[in-house]
Amino acid sequence: MSAIHNEIMQTRDGERLRGTASARASQAWFLLAVAIWVAVAMFAASQAHSAALPQAVQSTCVDCHSALDANLKVTGEQYAQDIHAQKGLTCAGCHGGDPTSMEAMDKKKGFKGHIDRKAIPELCAKCHADGAYMRQYNPSLRTDQLAQYKTSVHGKRLAGGDSKVAVCIDCHGVHGIRAVKDPRSKVFPLNVADTCARCHADGKYMQGYPIKHDQFAGYSTSVHHEALTVRGDLSAPTCTTCHGNHGAAPPGVASVVNVCSTCHVFQAQLFESSPHKPAFAAAGLPGCVTCHSNHRIVHPSDSMVGTGPQAVCTECHTQGDAGFVAAGHIKEQLVALQAAIGRSDEVLRRAEESGMEVSQAQLDLTSARDQLTKARVTLHSFTPKKIDDDIKVGQVTAEKTRLAGEKALRERDYRRMGLGISLVTILAMLVGLKLYIGQIERK
Amino acid sequence: MQVFEATTSPRGAGDSGSPRDNVRRRFIQVLLGGGLLASAASFIYPVLRYLIPPAATDMGGDTVVAARVGELKPNTAKIFRFGSRPGLLILGADGEYRAMSATCTHLSCTVQYRSDLKQVWCACHNGTYDLAGRNVSGPPPRPLELFDVHVQGEEIVVRRKREA
Amino acid sequence: MSAFALVKDWLDERFGWAELTKPLRKKTVPMHRLSYWYFLGGITLFLFVIQVCTGILLLLYYRPSANEAFESVQYITTQVQFGWLVRSIHSWSANLMILTAFAHMFSVLFLKAYRKPRELTWITGALLLFLAMGFGFSGYLLPWNTLAFFATKVGTEVAGQVPIVGQWIVIFLRGGEDVTGATLTRFFGFHVAVLPGITTLLLGVHILLVQRFGISVPPSVEEQWKRDPSAAREMKFFPNFALREMIAWYIALGVLGALAALSPWGLGAKADPFVPAPAGIKPEWYFLFMFQTLKLIPAKIWFIDGDLLGVLGFGLAGAVWVLLPFVEGLKWRLARVFVTGLGVFALAYIVSMTIYGYVAK
Repeated sequence: MSAIHNEIMQTRDGERLRGTASARASQAWFLLAVAIWVAVAMFAASQAHSAALPQAVQSTCVDCHSALDANLKVTGEQYAQDIHAQKGLTCAGCHGGDPTSMEAMDKKKGFKGHIDRKAIPELCAKCHADGAYMRQYNPSLRTDQLAQYKTSVHGKRLAGGDSKVAVCIDCHGVHGIRAVKDPRSKVFPLNVADTCARCHADGKYMQGYPIKHDQFAGYSTSVHHEALTVRGDLSAPTCTTCHGNHGAAPPGVASVVNVCSTCHVFQAQLFESSPHKPAFAAAGLPGCVTCHSNHRIVHPSDSMVGTGPQAVCTECHTQGDAGFVAAGHIKEQLVALQAAIGRSDEVLRRAEESGMEVSQAQLDLTSARDQLTKARVTLHSFTPKKIDDDIKVGQVTAEKTRLAGEKALRERDYRRMGLGISLVTILAMLVGLKLYIGQIERK
Repeated sequence: MQVFEATTSPRGAGDSGSPRDNVRRRFIQVLLGGGLLASAASFIYPVLRYLIPPAATDMGGDTVVAARVGELKPNTAKIFRFGSRPGLLILGADGEYRAMSATCTHLSCTVQYRSDLKQVWCACHNGTYDLAGRNVSGPPPRPLELFDVHVQGEEIVVRRKREA
Repeated sequence: MSAFALVKDWLDERFGWAELTKPLRKKTVPMHRLSYWYFLGGITLFLFVIQVCTGILLLLYYRPSANEAFESVQYITTQVQFGWLVRSIHSWSANLMILTAFAHMFSVLFLKAYRKPRELTWITGALLLFLAMGFGFSGYLLPWNTLAFFATKVGTEVAGQVPIVGQWIVIFLRGGEDVTGATLTRFFGFHVAVLPGITTLLLGVHILLVQRFGISVPPSVEEQWKRDPSAAREMKFFPNFALREMIAWYIALGVLGALAALSPWGLGAKADPFVPAPAGIKPEWYFLFMFQTLKLIPAKIWFIDGDLLGVLGFGLAGAVWVLLPFVEGLKWRLARVFVTGLGVFALAYIVSMTIYGYVAK
């Protein structure tokens, strides 16, 4: 480190370091050094191009480090896009020293150089845990990240001496740390799963840890992943939504329902008062994930319910017990409403295809569909009576729309009858005309 | 040149010819007259029915009468049909009418007004919107589309906002 | 004396009814194996009358504004009694009318009925066909549905290719830079006032000319009759031909009713200028051959813009088409063959391009 440093210093400030050698030579050297300096500065400027560093934070560190390799490389672009640099902080904020002078790396000026991984959380927290300090920049930003981190599996292991675990920079980046709301940030909602997967999906890296590395693969097939990436719903859950971000840890058995209920309120409420709640607790089973799995949460379907081969109910309930009967009944009801909606849909579609206007009935039918959705939510009460009530309302609507469709089809038949009648009169006219022509032209 | 023409006029022809011819002529007359009348009736009947204005005079469109004045009590709301989708008309506790799309931007459930929260709420996934339609909590990714409300006489008219 | 005769006498006394209708009673129609083609003009006229009647009925409920047009058509088809029938007949009859007008034109071309002295009849007829297409184009937009909206956008865009005045024509047609509610109002005006006015005038001239010159006999039949005058046949227009024409009208009416009842004209979705154009926007079938041609022309031919070439080409073709009778009048040995050849080529081109346009993605 220091060897490289000296070498650069020689190239750049050679003139000044060896200024006593000879006046003439020193003049020549000076001119050469100025030329090189200008060239390097121009190159650096062109690298940073439109990023336009704020003049006040112009840092001499970047001038050299942008030309270095590997870990020591920090480009002007990175620097320009770093949220800290944008707010007027410099390299010295973390690394110490004085970036405005040529003695930037003077230990006397507090230069720290490389920062040990284990020291990073505390270093970041120096500001980020300081409420009064953070208020100057972003008053709504939380300042409990370090406290949370210490409760996380990452934090605990780090404290235990394991430096393989994630520290601040592993998720947020190191040079060029972007604001979380920047879509290019590694912790932007769309990028979180990939960021976690960098370690957690790496079998080799995760060797020696007691957890699997298939979470990302599972999540990638989940309905949550689809909502986030395909539908672009940035509020859809990603890793940190359930595990926490700074305090990342798996939710305990008892808290699974609480975590899921932050979004799935109704299902959770119903589950809490359902007969499954005590039963699951007694068996040591967590809520929600017992049936829906944890990372591979696919879009639920009616085939999960009942006593069929894909039904999850039969994991516990067996032929003959009350739950088995109830499961079968619930499934039947869901299927029946589904079928009723299908029938109405079919009739309405036929009516529409024959040119009948049935948009009101089609609108009504959506409320039957809503009712089916509602029944599927009510299902989490695991109380057949409640589910039957929802189904009944849906059935009534579906029936009403089916009748509307059939009425439209009757109207269509009426039109066809009208057509038939007028075609008969037209035919009579044609025959009459033909005969009349024959009559008047008969010689 | 040979010219085909009516050798007999239908009127004058009745006097001459055999009785069989007369029957035939009569039949043709009845058929023609009947056909003409019936076919005329089959145009005129639909046209006359068409001329009667239907009872429902509201054609719908970007403007709809969502409710009548006095129908809603303050701090309540109702769902109305707006084209092929539901809309939500709210009479706020402040006495202001507000209208917005009632289709949740999350998974298209129909939202409702919660008098206790003074917010718009979606029962499916507990999404909430404020009275300006902005999504304030829960999963909804976007605000609800807001409509213009005008009170015209006894009618509360809701109109889609015009672009430019 | 019957009531009918009484009225006739009364009219005769005052206007000289008998005198006035004399040409009609004297009028004859030549009879030969190709006489069937003579019905087409009458059928087209009949369909035009249906268009006028149903169009007036539609006017009772239609509202020509971007906000209400779609809804009012929806209202006609769902709320108004027999509204679906009136609207469906209007749409179907429009299409059938253009079809029969095309057929009428080609029959006139191949039967060589456009020759001296009937040049003007041909010219007014050709103009009437263009007007009919104008009716179709303007009427298509009136329901203000997505398909019509984008078809109009594309269709009016083509006019912009005309050199110098192109942009001006586009703005004139659209009532602004873009297709908006202003376009709808304009098209409505064209459709119910401007075009019907011009059409009625031209139609009057067209029919008057037909009456003046009588019905043309195709050259092949004429020669045959010259060789053997006893083979010549004629039919009185009234009542013999008129009765036959009436049969044709009744058949057309039956077809229209059947189409309207069995396949009511759809409405589609309301136009929304802010949604992207749906894939596969195609104009009405009678514009398809032009549309397809413009699509096939390369973007640049030599240094001329492809679309410009297409538009100019069709403009030129249309002009030649209107002036076709004069080509035959030229002192040119091959003139007759040329005109027939052109007709065959045009028919084959239109048919094949239309089919291609339908099949092509």
